[in-house]
Amino acid sequence: MFDWKWDFAFEILPRLGWATLNTLMAAGGGYAIAIVLGLVLALAQRTPLRLLTFVVREFVEFIRSTPLVLQIFFVFYVAPQFGIRLSPWTSGMIAIGLHYAAYLSEVYRGGIESVPKGQWEACRSLSMSTRDTYVRVIIPQALPPALAGMGNYLVGIFKDTPMLSVIGVAELMHAANAIGSEHYRFLEPYTLVGLIFLAISLPSAALIRVFETWVRKKLGLS
Amino acid sequence: MSYWEFLAEHGGRFLDGTLITAGQFFLSAALAIAIALVAGLMKLSDNALIRTPAVVYIEIFRGTSLLVQLYWIFFVLPLFGITLEKFTAGFVAVGMNLGAYGAELVRGGIQSVPKGQWEAAYALSMSPARRMWRIILPQALVNMLPPWGNLLIELLKGTALVSLISVADLMFEAKQINGSTFLSAQAFGTALIIYYIFARLIVTPFMRWLETVMARKIGKA
Repeated sequence: MFDWKWDFAFEILPRLGWATLNTLMAAGGGYAIAIVLGLVLALAQRTPLRLLTFVVREFVEFIRSTPLVLQIFFVFYVAPQFGIRLSPWTSGMIAIGLHYAAYLSEVYRGGIESVPKGQWEACRSLSMSTRDTYVRVIIPQALPPALAGMGNYLVGIFKDTPMLSVIGVAELMHAANAIGSEHYRFLEPYTLVGLIFLAISLPSAALIRVFETWVRKKLGLS
Repeated sequence: MSYWEFLAEHGGRFLDGTLITAGQFFLSAALAIAIALVAGLMKLSDNALIRTPAVVYIEIFRGTSLLVQLYWIFFVLPLFGITLEKFTAGFVAVGMNLGAYGAELVRGGIQSVPKGQWEAAYALSMSPARRMWRIILPQALVNMLPPWGNLLIELLKGTALVSLISVADLMFEAKQINGSTFLSAQAFGTALIIYYIFARLIVTPFMRWLETVMARKIGKA
């Protein structure tokens, strides 16, 4: 390829490898927050409190229709204005976790709504508690249809982690930028980052599909 | 300083940024739609020579990050003799990225058209091009409009990244104002609200309107 230096590429590969670990950690951390917080946001929209439902609904829409990179800046710069000092990692995790929580809450909502009404009524007639209704009847049935969406957003969060570089989280893109400005060579670092992303996201997308069919079979659906 | 004084002082810059963001949005949307149509149709081809480039394109652009693609187009392409001005590089990257996602929507939309429609067009001995243009695509369009609404919101959000190659869009202006005033909540908060208004009061209602118009046109509503 044009002007491609293999020895330089091999020289920077270990450094990018370490940064990949940070990227995976950021994706994993953000996703863990999103999974829990997303459930909270989804369940908050199912309470009989009209006002709470409305506020949470608008909040989710707001998060979903504004850019993640702007939200990252917002969390990072606004918290100190109120006397809270957040490290780049902390603010990055909050921003990306919140962003994907909004998306996952929609996935959960779709899953819960796909459970037939009769299941709710059956729980009521057996006088099950709300908690038991969700934990033992609704969520196990809501999960399989939600799995595809959850998997897509896991890959999505991974692909959005480069945005964390803007506040100085030392993930892949940040490392590539640093290497590029140290050596005045951008071809190898940026191309390698692209290849690393492909090498992780394509197999994980395939794996998630396998996992999804496995779960469906395990639960006796299709 | 009250928020109104802040707005009075910096409102002009927010407006300039919003106009650039709008420009980025419309240009990248046009590019994404064109790419989605071509790549989506190519992916449905029976000929592997036509199908493979589309599959490779879609997998590469969906498998990596928009930010990586943007930096690659802006910083690496010049090494291959293709130098794009930053404004152009911005909407080309966003358009190419979202076009790959759109291609899957086009493919899905076309495949959702009932088989009988293809057979009927065949029975009327329409040429393949005419069949696609007059019979299949209009129905596919109605099927895929709702997901396109979501995709256009993603596209709008994607345009915020062009600020990172110094295109003076809304995000960029917000960063600049933050840098000079240190009023982060006001600067970034205002930008967030403008993006929200753009998405919820312009893009989404327009797509809803388009959905009803198109559905009526092919006699579905």
